[in-house]
Amino acid sequence: MMKHRLVAVFAVLILLMGSGACRKENKSALSPSQEGKVYEPEYGDTLIEGSIGDASTLLPHIASDSASHEIADLIYNGLVRYNKDLIIEGVLADSWKVSEDGLTITFNLRKNVKWHDGVPFTSKDVMFTYKLMIDPKTPTAYSGDFLRVKKAEAPDDYTFKVTYDKPFAPALITWSTWILPAHLLEGKDISNVEFGRNPVGTGPYKFKEWKTGEKIVIVSNNDYFEGRPYISRVIYRIIPDNQTMFLELQAGGVDEMGLTPLQYSRQTDTPPFRNNFQKFRYPSFGYTFLGFNLKDEKFKDKKIRHAISYAVNKKEIIDGVNLSLATESVGPYRSDMWANNPNVNKYPYNPEKSKLLFAEAGWKDSDGDGLLEKNGKKFEFTIITNQGNSMRARTAEIIQKNLKDVGINVKIRIVEWAAFLKDFIHKKNFEAIILGWSIPIEPDLYDVWHSSKTGPDELNFISFSNPEVDKLLEAGRSTFNLEERKKAYGRIQEILADEQPYVFLFVPDSLPAISARFKNIKPEPAGINYNFIKWFVPKELQKFTEMTP
Amino acid sequence: MGTYLIKRFGAMIPLLFGITLISFIVIHLAPGEPTDLATEFNPKASVQAKQQLRELYGLNKPLHVQYFDWLQRVVKFDFGRSFSPDRRLVIDKINERIWITIGINTISLFIIVLIAIPLGVFSATYQYSMFDKISTVIVFLGFAVPTFWLALLLMILFGVNLGWLPISGLKSIDYDNMTFIGKMLDLGRHIVLPLFVSVFGGFAGLSRYSRSNMLEVIRQDYITTARSKGLEERTVIGKHALRNALLPVITILGFSLPGLIGGSVIFETIFAIPGMGQLFYMAVMSRDYPVIMGELVIGAFLTLVGNLIADISYALADPRIRL
Repeated sequence: MMKHRLVAVFAVLILLMGSGACRKENKSALSPSQEGKVYEPEYGDTLIEGSIGDASTLLPHIASDSASHEIADLIYNGLVRYNKDLIIEGVLADSWKVSEDGLTITFNLRKNVKWHDGVPFTSKDVMFTYKLMIDPKTPTAYSGDFLRVKKAEAPDDYTFKVTYDKPFAPALITWSTWILPAHLLEGKDISNVEFGRNPVGTGPYKFKEWKTGEKIVIVSNNDYFEGRPYISRVIYRIIPDNQTMFLELQAGGVDEMGLTPLQYSRQTDTPPFRNNFQKFRYPSFGYTFLGFNLKDEKFKDKKIRHAISYAVNKKEIIDGVNLSLATESVGPYRSDMWANNPNVNKYPYNPEKSKLLFAEAGWKDSDGDGLLEKNGKKFEFTIITNQGNSMRARTAEIIQKNLKDVGINVKIRIVEWAAFLKDFIHKKNFEAIILGWSIPIEPDLYDVWHSSKTGPDELNFISFSNPEVDKLLEAGRSTFNLEERKKAYGRIQEILADEQPYVFLFVPDSLPAISARFKNIKPEPAGINYNFIKWFVPKELQKFTEMTP
Repeated sequence: MGTYLIKRFGAMIPLLFGITLISFIVIHLAPGEPTDLATEFNPKASVQAKQQLRELYGLNKPLHVQYFDWLQRVVKFDFGRSFSPDRRLVIDKINERIWITIGINTISLFIIVLIAIPLGVFSATYQYSMFDKISTVIVFLGFAVPTFWLALLLMILFGVNLGWLPISGLKSIDYDNMTFIGKMLDLGRHIVLPLFVSVFGGFAGLSRYSRSNMLEVIRQDYITTARSKGLEERTVIGKHALRNALLPVITILGFSLPGLIGGSVIFETIFAIPGMGQLFYMAVMSRDYPVIMGELVIGAFLTLVGNLIADISYALADPRIRL
């Protein structure tokens, strides 16, 4: 639920929709019947959330799917987390101190926290989680940031201290990772199946049952240290088909789901829907881009990339693909984030200018067939994207048309995900791609843009290399000084805008719909789930009453 | 008969072996590995981490070694553990789903037989009658209508507009608190739409088969003989013709045995039924080799057994055939 963990930042490219959130234009269309009436918070009732996929394991460190992480976020806690305004606050840590030199972080842990089985939480658990993360036998994909820790100490039960080799700005949020119970896992094989199917945490909800492919049930932890959650039970119902889920929502079988743009704008504007549901709309934490393989001769010239940027009509894409439920993007951050620099070069749709730039680079339509040539060769390339994301496929089609208008022939190829990674991304065997990245709340972009990250398994697969960006990326992550970081990331955005290694396309909106009986849902920069434990259903509206949590 | 059975079972072993070998090679030919999907695009996953994962799964060994490792375990009925993060036993993953699929498919096959054979027989007996024409139209509609479309229409009508039936899944949220009778009713209500869709889409083939077989049989000399003996038409059709017409149907039913464990992905996805089709699809997408192989072996085994059963029951039903 509270999606904003560093660990989840890049991991999921496939399902960018439905993650994260923000303020800006929260047109939370509350149904008229609710307005004006003040309800008293009340315990009880059940929220049924529709989920496209089943969780893989509730030992979230070894899972990489969003369903697992979302449920794990309600069962476990981290030492810290992002609050509603995307500022780091303590959870299991009461407070923390970063040493003068930026090398040591000392966490003072919260006392009187108990695991769901009643055992007290102590620094041993934090130490255990850390050791587990760096254990080579743990099949986790998230060990990287923990391996940077030079020394970890637990001087007493409620103090945990980590020391780094050099200052590492993203270090603090590393500790938002889910803390596991040492007393249940110490000395056990971590791929221990039982625990992942029957987890014990410190979080606001306790695990109750898991029926594979059907549902996962969690119930409120009445002794939760931040207060007992109002909603007594949460059920994740696995409904793999979005259409079916939408019908279930209307029939009352599901209380919450993420809508598609089509559902949001065309299928939910009926009186019964408006009376029974509240819809929300806010930018998600992700963007979609068109990336060029910079090793490819065609795209080496910056002018060509500028020309393509001018030719792509972002507004048409947003209107056509997202039904206007998205924001244009010009860089790797969201406009409401502190690291964002709004004063960068922009490339508004201008096919004439695009043609001019192509001509300057030597590409002209000399034989009158409407396509650009240079030395008898036509400008042609293929955009690849992954199967299973119709938005990307449709984006590719609009770009294809846009580029046709300036005389470039684009082919589209859609490839199954595993083959896409292995045969195309991995081997850098592509000309241009359409993909999406999550937008990190912690602005470090090292893994995507640093020139050392162009290896076969790494994320700078377009082979972007700029010495100044490299230096700034290193500077930005090795200081805790916000102003200095802001300067570094601001300059990086200027360079990216000038270089246009990507055509940044759009930030899609999150479009959740929730049954109107749930009250106290308030969109903030972090989305809506940050105060989940404070959501409630007034007594007279409660639907599931026979409950023994 | 005894030696025949022994021979047939003996022949199944190399056949099964061949099937697994080819399957194993084919699924490894598809690009991508389970470890790619767990670590790719993940900045926090180091190259070593990936290597460790590969070793953990035994993917670093040559393919033939992997195959023999797998084979050695499978002959002891150990299908290994899934490569997905849950690392559960393949047999558990299959076990929790296979009964749902078998249950639905068996009931559906039963209903299909119950409807399709009489339908085919009547259509043949009264060829070109109004009944024949109407049933032909319905049968071809069943053939042609896409499952997902029909399912959605029925869900909208019965689930949303009328509110008579649940839309998806097999059980209500409060299923566990119900009485036994309540549970049965709940299951029944959930299963009506999926069954209807599956029967409607499935009875076309069988009814056309039994119709054309019947048509062929009633033109045979012995039917004319039976009629000229002065037998009642009911006896002629019901006894002499029907028995012969149904012989090929036995073969078809034998073939549908492996189909009982194979669920349809579209069908299961749209009704949110946690069956075998989804498991197989997800396993293929994530290159979860142990699960794929487990399902394939069970499927191959059932196909072979199905053929055998069909042959045996053919012999039992038709005295002209001797094994």
